[in-house]
Amino acid sequence: MSGSLKGLDIVSIRDFSREQIEQILNVADKMVPVAKGEGKSTELEGKVLGSLFYEPSTRTRLSFEAAMARLGGRTLGFDEPKGSSVAKGETLADTIRMVDAYSDVIVLRHPQEGAARLAGHFAEKPVINAGDGAGQHPTQTLLDLFTIRNEKGGIDGNHVVIVGDLKYGRTVHSLTEALSMFGAKLTFVAPPTLQMPKEHIRHIESKGLKPRISSSLDEVIGDADVLYVTRIQKERFPDPAEYQKVAGAFTINRTMLREAKKDLIVMHPLPRVNEIDPDVDDTEHARYFVQAFNGVPVRMALLSMVLGGME
Amino acid sequence: MKEFKVTPIRNGTVIDHIDVGMSLKVLRIIGVRGDVSSTVSVLMHVPSKKGAWKDIVKIEDRELDPKELDKVALISPDATINIIRDYNVAEKFVVQVPERVKGIMRCSNPSCITNKNEPVEPEFVVETKKPLALKCTYCDRLTTDIAENIV
Repeated sequence: MSGSLKGLDIVSIRDFSREQIEQILNVADKMVPVAKGEGKSTELEGKVLGSLFYEPSTRTRLSFEAAMARLGGRTLGFDEPKGSSVAKGETLADTIRMVDAYSDVIVLRHPQEGAARLAGHFAEKPVINAGDGAGQHPTQTLLDLFTIRNEKGGIDGNHVVIVGDLKYGRTVHSLTEALSMFGAKLTFVAPPTLQMPKEHIRHIESKGLKPRISSSLDEVIGDADVLYVTRIQKERFPDPAEYQKVAGAFTINRTMLREAKKDLIVMHPLPRVNEIDPDVDDTEHARYFVQAFNGVPVRMALLSMVLGGME
Repeated sequence: MKEFKVTPIRNGTVIDHIDVGMSLKVLRIIGVRGDVSSTVSVLMHVPSKKGAWKDIVKIEDRELDPKELDKVALISPDATINIIRDYNVAEKFVVQVPERVKGIMRCSNPSCITNKNEPVEPEFVVETKKPLALKCTYCDRLTTDIAENIV
């Protein structure tokens, strides 16, 4: 993928070069005042977003809708397949062909991996992947990068510690691929059974980086610039007692952050369950709600760029 | 009198230099089952001139189409195809692993959209040749157990 994003599908972060990512983040910067409601835009007036959520989502769906509304466009679609023709057994391909005729851009979340790529084959309008099963979630990665860049003044050279479920978490796989493109220093903290898969480590090493692997947050927190926390899912553990032990060891709280750099930022893709104690929320480190807001300007930038507005 | 373990065929295909132990899988993926009307011979664990072991399959009255050749290449990349016409070798070539594989294999990822009754043919690109690994162009999953996933 190179040059303008007009008419292109946004399926995987791997489709982007570093320059294109920076271009998207630059456009997102310009969108912030409108995203906050401090300015008005009619850039996408008359445009329709087809929003197909086959799985529940709060932040991703609402921020896409907010992004479209802030740019003067409208949204149609569903947030669960019940009640739509999908429940009657319609294929994704047919649903996409129909929505393609009703809208100018399609946003898709689907439980099956590769669904967005398939949608891209059947749609003439651009398709934006809002998460396909355990596969890719590129707009989350872009808003994570946007948050790091804005809060730390850049991405390169930052020491990013990623903690939690690194084996199954789709967010962290896309994020680490993107961070390695920017040359960030990476440390992975997880219980051994949930560590980063070897193929991802190899991919990062192929970029000339040497990620550090650890199972102790205390060991690495003092040296971190960004602490990216993800949820450890209970269902990954056959023994509930084992889950409690592991989840407890990876809970971030105010006491633990005393050892951290003053300008460390704590991020989380949300929803959180108990991996970040609420007493962290009002510390100078917490950035997860800013991060959630950043979904709006980043998605505004993508909608605008694929529909041919901003370059 | 010279004794032949397997007699020459008049018309058909001899697939030689099959990776040892793979001959029955070769027959399965090219659709040779019990209902064929001509003779099919299988030689397993035959010494090759290179000092190693190989399998050989002889199928009478049948020539393979390009899709079938691709399937053979995927599970036995060094196999040689001999097309026999009137007892003579009319054509001889080594199979070639295609760069892209479409419509002859399913994705090994059960959660891949191509395994869900959608109107698409699964498509793969060759990620590595030795050992052979194919990447699904939809879900990005690598499939290495090729024989099990050929349709």
